[in-house]
Amino acid sequence: MLSRVADSIYWLNRYVERAENIARFIDVNLNLLLDSSLGEAQQWEPLVLTSGDLSLFRERYGEATAETVIQFFTFDSGYDNSILSCLRSARENARSVREIISSEMWERVNDFYLMVQEAARTQHPHQWFEFFNNVKLTSHLFAGVMDATMTHNEGWHFGQMGRLLERADKTARILDVKYFILLPSLRDVGSTLDELQWIALLKSASAYEMYRKVQHRISPSGVAQFLILEREFPRSIQFCLTRAEQSLHHITGTPLSTWRSPVERTLGRLRSDLDYLLIEDIIQLGLHEFLDKLQRQMNDVGNKTFETFFALQPVS
Amino acid sequence: MRFNQYDPGDFYDELFVEKGRPREAAIPLVDRVNSLPEGELEHRQKAAEVALFKMGVTFNVYSDGQGTERIMPFDLIPRIVSAQEWAVLEKGLKQRVQALNLFLQDIYNDRKIIKDKVIPWDLVESATGYLKPCEGLNPPGGVWCHITGTDLVRDKDGQWYVLEDNLRCPSGVSYVLENRRVMKTTFPQVFQTMEIQPVDDYAGRLLETLLNLAPPTLTDPTVVVLTPGIYNSAYFEHSFLAQQMGVELVEGRDLVVADGYLQMRTTKGLQRVDVIYRRIDDIFIDPTVFRSDSLLGIPGLMEVYRSGRVALANALGTGIADDKVIYSFVPEMIRYYLGEDPILQNVPTYLCWVEQQQQHILANLDKLVVKAANESGGYGMLVGPHATPEQRQEFAHRIQASPRNYIAQPTLCLSRVPTLIEGQFEGCHVDLRPYILYGKDIYVNPGGLTRVALRRGSLVVNSSQGGGTKDTWVLAH
Repeated sequence: MLSRVADSIYWLNRYVERAENIARFIDVNLNLLLDSSLGEAQQWEPLVLTSGDLSLFRERYGEATAETVIQFFTFDSGYDNSILSCLRSARENARSVREIISSEMWERVNDFYLMVQEAARTQHPHQWFEFFNNVKLTSHLFAGVMDATMTHNEGWHFGQMGRLLERADKTARILDVKYFILLPSLRDVGSTLDELQWIALLKSASAYEMYRKVQHRISPSGVAQFLILEREFPRSIQFCLTRAEQSLHHITGTPLSTWRSPVERTLGRLRSDLDYLLIEDIIQLGLHEFLDKLQRQMNDVGNKTFETFFALQPVS
Repeated sequence: MRFNQYDPGDFYDELFVEKGRPREAAIPLVDRVNSLPEGELEHRQKAAEVALFKMGVTFNVYSDGQGTERIMPFDLIPRIVSAQEWAVLEKGLKQRVQALNLFLQDIYNDRKIIKDKVIPWDLVESATGYLKPCEGLNPPGGVWCHITGTDLVRDKDGQWYVLEDNLRCPSGVSYVLENRRVMKTTFPQVFQTMEIQPVDDYAGRLLETLLNLAPPTLTDPTVVVLTPGIYNSAYFEHSFLAQQMGVELVEGRDLVVADGYLQMRTTKGLQRVDVIYRRIDDIFIDPTVFRSDSLLGIPGLMEVYRSGRVALANALGTGIADDKVIYSFVPEMIRYYLGEDPILQNVPTYLCWVEQQQQHILANLDKLVVKAANESGGYGMLVGPHATPEQRQEFAHRIQASPRNYIAQPTLCLSRVPTLIEGQFEGCHVDLRPYILYGKDIYVNPGGLTRVALRRGSLVVNSSQGGGTKDTWVLAH
């Protein structure tokens, strides 16, 4: 398979997943806002902070309010990671591999883009909940269509890797948002508000119901454990990395638990670390520190994927 | 919607001899359309447009900055070509393509035709399509132009003419294939009663033509389609042909010259490429030889090509024969190389470069069509009878400033086909572009792209200038 084609399918999926997760971020915050006594800035600024683009945001918008943050993350076509920009990029990538992917996939991503573009034109704040929900559903629809209509070949596995690595990264970030919101008010720990916040967090990862079935009680370490280490929940970091590794080995043909390329080694090592980690170890290290390191390692997997498969240079 | 009211008027109409009297070949279609309930034809027209959009048969529109795609306007009423007429066209096209290929091989090698004073060397050398780096090239089998899309037109008296040869990267064949697919679902009964020659095997024949270019020692040669990328207006077609042939669609950045071969970057390392169906213009293909600012091409490709380690279709340098001054010599080429009389006529062409002819042109600018020798797509053109005195004046200056770059032709009155416009049939002018493949032998796809000028009275059929397409039915008997 052409490197460029593999790269496009990988990013097509990453961008669709990224758009979905941005919708999740905002959704969880809109949910929290309804129950929270926190000031608006305290509520929204951590969201921008975890995106890593706070200075860019301040430059463009100044103060963090619901309106400015939603505008920034959703419809700002000058911001590369807004939902609109993600879908534009997803669509461009899909267009360049239209003869490789199924036409149903193309139609879905094209409609998805047009839907967001239309929302950007009209922008009704009272439709926000519905809009973010639509973004999530359409992303699921795309993933389902891809699963059901595209041959599960090398290209498909590149797509899976893109989606799963993106999802693992964003689940880490969603958890991190909570950490930032908690910081200014440690006194709230264990309070009703605290519990509501954790529930909102679980809901934003579609994890609330599944969590209840496993853990019953809402506790910070329980939630962290579920979103990081739960082997069977499809948005947990552990699940995503395990599946991404399987796809990677499908592509290379290298047996699992062995490696021939740097990306196999890096991802394999990261995944097996998580295999034997306890939530107590993570808490002891500090959740934020742990998530920060994890994100850096996952970035490294992304970079090595690029080097191994996409940025091929002839030996000169 | 009925044909009863349709009046072909004072034009050559492809479907009607005169009002109420269809040509014999068109009778089953006219009867069928006349038998449709009121509103049904418009309904089918809409359904066809939706089907084309869903199939993604689109071209790109750049103006709105959103990268939107539109379908090429498509009209349901086909052009019909009788079997007898097609037999002549087919034979004439084969003859012409063969002579043009002999010319290309000759002009870049021995130049016998120059030495024998059939064509002046000045005219060849001064053509922008003549590429010096191609001198001495010897493409496999001596074939330079593997895919040709010749533009034919029919004048008021029913006479066919060759308007242009299009030897570089002729586009549009995807519309031929997709329009046919739609038409078969729109008029299934008509297809059952009329024996219409199928066009569907084009992609298979194209692949065969391309495979034929690889050295016979290779058991499984790698063929690719080279596209400038998704922003090219014909990207759909590139992608479509790659898909239909089951080969990779590559961009310049996917390819690299390594170890003396052309290779593509794959997830499993570099992989050798043997044959390229290139849809990039010659001068963009290798920045080290042609335009150094080209980002679309592959540095070093020319050297690999020259050494015979990769084959290109079409060969580089074929544009010389697209020059409209050189075009005027094609009948001479046919006589010179084949010793035959041309079966298809050129449009009579006056060369501004010849002093007497220039005087004639300048004196008759209000009657003639003036064309730049190196432009295509309907650009750089003056349609004398429709132009303002200022426009004619401007062209007179241009002609005098660079006579080599202009030719003039009489204004032809292109034949017409009834076309559904705003709920009624109107006669619209058409041309015809059949596609010719030259592999082991020459094959003419029975049909071709009928382009139609949808603006009332317009003679310009190019899609960039408000043109649309129709299906072309070539009858088997």
